[in-house]
Amino acid sequence: MIRLEKRPQPSRLWTLLSPILAVLLTMVVGGFLFAVLGADPFEAIRTIFWDPLFNPQFAAYSRPQLLVKAGPLILIAIGLSIGFRAGIWNIGAEGQYIMGAVAGAAAGLALYPSESPLIFPLMVLAGALGGWAWAMIPAILKTRFGTNEILVSLMLVYVAESILASVSSGLLRNPEGMGFPGSRNFREWEAAANLEIFADTGMHWGVVAAFIAVIGAYVLMARHIQGFNIRLSGEAPRAARFSGVNPARVVIFCLGTAGALAGLAGLFEVTGPAGQISIDFNSGYGFTAIIVAFLGRLHPVGILLAGLLMALTYIGGELAQLMLGVPGASIQLFQGMLLFFLLGVDVFTNYRIRIGQGVAA
Amino acid sequence: MDLSSISPVLLLASVMVSATPILLAAIGELVVEKSGVLNLGVEGMMITGAVVGFAVAVNTGSPVPGFLAAALASAILSLSFGLLTQVFLSNQVATGLGLTLVGLGLSSLIGKPYEGMKSPTLPRLDLGPLSDLPVLGRMVFSHDIMVYLSLALVAAVWAFLKYTRAGLILRAVGESHDAAHALGYKVVRVRLMAIAFGGACAGLGGAYLSLVRVPQWTEGMTAGAGWIALAIVVFASWRAGRVLIGAYLFGGVTVLQLNLQAAGAAVPVALLSASPYLITILVLVIISARGAHGAPASLGRPFHASA
Repeated sequence: MIRLEKRPQPSRLWTLLSPILAVLLTMVVGGFLFAVLGADPFEAIRTIFWDPLFNPQFAAYSRPQLLVKAGPLILIAIGLSIGFRAGIWNIGAEGQYIMGAVAGAAAGLALYPSESPLIFPLMVLAGALGGWAWAMIPAILKTRFGTNEILVSLMLVYVAESILASVSSGLLRNPEGMGFPGSRNFREWEAAANLEIFADTGMHWGVVAAFIAVIGAYVLMARHIQGFNIRLSGEAPRAARFSGVNPARVVIFCLGTAGALAGLAGLFEVTGPAGQISIDFNSGYGFTAIIVAFLGRLHPVGILLAGLLMALTYIGGELAQLMLGVPGASIQLFQGMLLFFLLGVDVFTNYRIRIGQGVAA
Repeated sequence: MDLSSISPVLLLASVMVSATPILLAAIGELVVEKSGVLNLGVEGMMITGAVVGFAVAVNTGSPVPGFLAAALASAILSLSFGLLTQVFLSNQVATGLGLTLVGLGLSSLIGKPYEGMKSPTLPRLDLGPLSDLPVLGRMVFSHDIMVYLSLALVAAVWAFLKYTRAGLILRAVGESHDAAHALGYKVVRVRLMAIAFGGACAGLGGAYLSLVRVPQWTEGMTAGAGWIALAIVVFASWRAGRVLIGAYLFGGVTVLQLNLQAAGAAVPVALLSASPYLITILVLVIISARGAHGAPASLGRPFHASA
């Protein structure tokens, strides 16, 4: 008989091993999936994971894209992971990302066509504030009324999407855009553009912010009392209250940080890679970042690696779509499966497998 | 604005149609949560049901196999959640989110070839003299069979939970899995059955969207209906009768805002289209501010029978 025996502490080895095992499992099952879809599984896996980095024909285009896509994913996932550690489930990062972009873009466009060097910093600030304010709605409702933050933050994604649809064809529409929806293009407005810092690397200010967030989160979680309080609230809420941690403050801090980081990601995206506010500039980074946070074990360094890997599947997925005619949606399924397998494999982190009767404790 | 173009009879009739998918999904989730499991994957199961139901109905030329296949597919999908949370003891919140992401990806993959197609839809029942009643006939007694089946399902779940031994066991498992385990009930088995039932209901709800309510397949067509179903369970304080009220309330809001948009009301379109979500938030706040919850005591807690 096979039994599970709870480990006194999560296994260190399996914490590191299970993401790798989950990726391998996803590759195997994904391979079958591609075979069913009529593509050579080995070629499909190679196209997704190898070609974007090393194929001489595509790498020149794909490598910079890696940072462009990983930047927002890492930035959002870092914020989410802090909340997840505390047992606060903000799953509305997509909404905070949109509102950050809208607020930042609005702040910039109000001053168009000024060429002041202060424009971009101002927009960054407004972007962070926009995301923060949107995340404060579930935070305050939770601390005041005990409302479930999962449902509220998720509902606010749909609200943010209808606001985005409204402003991109109304308030923020480009007056010189012949009536087409969408704002002015920020890439053509030097004071507000978030362009590559080094040519052909994909490194823009959002990626810099992501790296800073990784370091900041590491210091916070490993070295700072606030980080300790956050972990304590998640693992032993009662103990946290006895030691004087104010649960409401933890909620406000976690949701606020996540919202501000997601808002920043939105602003950097809209002034850089996306270029303008449009109805569909958001591409689901807020949801994929949830996978990134878990795959990275809610640890800043892990998230950095997981963000890069997830960016790779985006780019590789596009490439596979182009080269092998694999449907674009299959990559979405691929990413979802990755999270599923990870959660399944994690049983080894927290439990020992015992075969036979075992000795009674 | 021309409000006279909105006919109250037709409005109420369409409320029943628009509430049915959410009602089906919510009543299934109610049973799941009553057994102590929080499955946040309703949205993913619904959309999988929507696409599978549509595909099967198009290929067989009849909606009935579509509904059956949708229920089956979503039940199987929900059992993957069951396997992870009940056997591998994974975190229910994270796994539920994963289920939603998998469902969304799976559905847009399956649905690609079916975009823009038309499906066979359910005929309206003719209930003889009842359907010929002046106002009531048009409003209540001339819908398709699924509307009435969903109402019967609510009654059945209510009676099951309140009057049957199996219902009592299910509630015991949800309130205290350790006590239920000590009494010799198979906690994991009960929960797996509840999860599969919830999945089948969500699948039916999704299929109702793609086969009757819309009736078409478009990517991401559930647009948060699964999440609203989750909110309705909270709104209903985990009672079957109140799930019905909640679902019809939200059906009403959805239909009303669509009618107001069509009538050109002097309210911004963004506000109208966001209104079902805003009202969901508002209702959640009111319910949670009142304090009385009635959530099953073991809701969301993993069960591990230590030797």
